Amino acid sequence: MSAAADMLAAMPAPTPPPLGTVTLIAGPAEFLSERAVARVLSAVSAIDADADVTQIDAGALGPGAMAELTSPSLFATAQTLVVRELPDLPEGVHDELVAYAAEPAADVALVLVHPGGPKGKRLLDRLRQTGLGHVVTSEPPKPWELPGFVAAEVRHHRGTITEDAAEFLVAAVGTDLRALAAAAEQLVNDFSPERLTIEIVRRYYDGHAEVKSFDIADAAIDGQIAVALERLRWALGNGVPAVLITSAFASGLRSLARMQSAPRGLRDADLAREVGAPPFRLKSLRGQLRSWEGSGLTRGIQAVAQADLDVKGGAGDPDYALERMVLTVAWARGRR
Amino acid sequence: MSVWDDLIGQEPLAHTLREAVAAARDRLSGGSGRGMTSAWLVTGPPGSGRSNAARAFAAALQCRDGGCGQCHDCHTALLGTHPNVTLVATDRLSIGVDSVRELVRSAALMPANGRWQVVVVEDADRLTEDSADALLKSLEEPSPRTVWMLCAPTAEDVLVTVRSRCRLLVLRTPSPPAITRMLVDRDGVPEVVAAFAARASQGHIGRARRLAHDEATRNRRREILRIPTSLIELGACMVAAANLHEVAQEEGQGVAATLDAKEVGDLEAIYGASARDGRARGYPGALSTLKKDQSKRRTRVVRDTIDGALIDLLSFYRDVLALQTGARTALVNDEVRADIDSLARRGSADSTLRRMEAVLKCREAIAANAAPLLALESMMLDLRV
Ligand SMILES: [Zn+2]
Repeated sequence: MSAAADMLAAMPAPTPPPLGTVTLIAGPAEFLSERAVARVLSAVSAIDADADVTQIDAGALGPGAMAELTSPSLFATAQTLVVRELPDLPEGVHDELVAYAAEPAADVALVLVHPGGPKGKRLLDRLRQTGLGHVVTSEPPKPWELPGFVAAEVRHHRGTITEDAAEFLVAAVGTDLRALAAAAEQLVNDFSPERLTIEIVRRYYDGHAEVKSFDIADAAIDGQIAVALERLRWALGNGVPAVLITSAFASGLRSLARMQSAPRGLRDADLAREVGAPPFRLKSLRGQLRSWEGSGLTRGIQAVAQADLDVKGGAGDPDYALERMVLTVAWARGRR
Repeated sequence: MSVWDDLIGQEPLAHTLREAVAAARDRLSGGSGRGMTSAWLVTGPPGSGRSNAARAFAAALQCRDGGCGQCHDCHTALLGTHPNVTLVATDRLSIGVDSVRELVRSAALMPANGRWQVVVVEDADRLTEDSADALLKSLEEPSPRTVWMLCAPTAEDVLVTVRSRCRLLVLRTPSPPAITRMLVDRDGVPEVVAAFAARASQGHIGRARRLAHDEATRNRRREILRIPTSLIELGACMVAAANLHEVAQEEGQGVAATLDAKEVGDLEAIYGASARDGRARGYPGALSTLKKDQSKRRTRVVRDTIDGALIDLLSFYRDVLALQTGARTALVNDEVRADIDSLARRGSADSTLRRMEAVLKCREAIAANAAPLLALESMMLDLRV
């Protein structure tokens, strides 16, 4: 277990008492940022259960707002102020904020959330120079750190997991930290005190690779090119077999093509049989079909057939063959 | 009736083999045996009867009457159960070096009946390079009584090292009249049915037999020939592909139903009573190998059935092209002349060529392990009228 992965885990390293400090949370991993926010909130409420909580986007702060928000409230003794989307803070309020950070109010916990990226970097630097009470970097773990993240989550819920089981969980669930954390908690709840082995995890998440393949296909069929490509890359990076992906595409387009030419007025059960899809899919198929013409479906199906052949050894680069398939299918949507 | 009667429309080849049999007899009685060859490569298109020719030759070598077709030697040699005739047929994609080494060893044994040790390799195109190496020495310096018969679609399909050491026998595509005569004379098929089957089989004897004898095969063919004019819109294409795929799937299931359980039973018999409860050493491994082979065979039957259908489709479009270009040839699919005629009028020779290309592309895709249903759908969409 790497230190980095440990740091990402649910249990915080001992934090300074939050009141009278400024906590800066910066980084693109929204899940980790939110978790850090929640940690401050719970630390404050442990000190004062009646503390006020104010949550606001930085863009909404005008001149003088800082003083107003951090002044002692009439009824509560302590309060937490969470400011999100820090880069949106108007220029004119920068000085005020930096000044406050240098001398924070004793009964206020200020939490600043920055989503990462270059925007607002100067402000960040200035804040850091004030000697902030607590800085959290919410960098998403590298792919190879994810199993460690899972293991730390499991430990946090007082369970144990084998290394290969953690790896399998990552392959099955994906890189979404929220989903991974939820899966870890779920598994511990269901099997604790048993050690989580790969058999247990596999039993739990079998078929997940198929589910992921259908997600890619659905995104492409819905014309969400960026989402489809992103999911495709994830799938390829996590060892989802290419044939699962092509067959998910084939099956999605096949259902649409059959639906398009199905006789009108069929009962759902009959239509599902005609289309070759489970009844619960009919609604989403109807939705998808509104954006598809017969000629587009023809192009799409033929692109998938080509990709199927390519990934089976016809082409040099199967990943490229799949990306091209995703694009061709997405572009075939809605055109005549 | 002799073993040579089985070689339909292959008169020149039968002549060569008869001479070789005479030379072989000469050598057995102490003569020079000039004209006898110990390594042969039999080539010809699928269904032309490569394996039959090789077996007929094997029978004639074992028979005391040069291939009477009646005696025990002839019967067992044709069936492949003769103790001195080894038939190598494979459902696998390649013939491994181990099995070839084993063959080479047994081929070198002196035949018990004092005649010939014949090895027939039905798919010599599936020899790997290592296997071919293992075979070479035996081809170059054969034991005095060993005869190798290698079969392949074309000489080019066989590794050149092997090919160059064999005498080549080329089978022709048998003509429709030759197939018709065979079906009438030997199988007692009515003339009209025989003529239809011969024409529709396009020179493939096994298919001609199935068409002549099996109504389900004729019905399936009729269904297939109805496809081209039915492909009017998207849905029809999807349905045609799904139906064809289902038929092929059923065919694969059928083979599985008749063969799989029997083979497992045979294997159990070999390993004895302890096989079932898993105590026999080696049994689980042998069983898993068998199951893998069976699943491969099922896949192959599915693909072969689809390929047969694609060949029928191709012949349909060839007929369309014949009408469009005014070529004066008999139509292979005369029974659907009306459909052929209507497609010929509706499109250009150019569009027909494009459709033929789509069918050929699909055949290649299926052979390259494409997902069969998807490949069929893609093709049907190209064939749309
Ligand atoms: Zn005989």
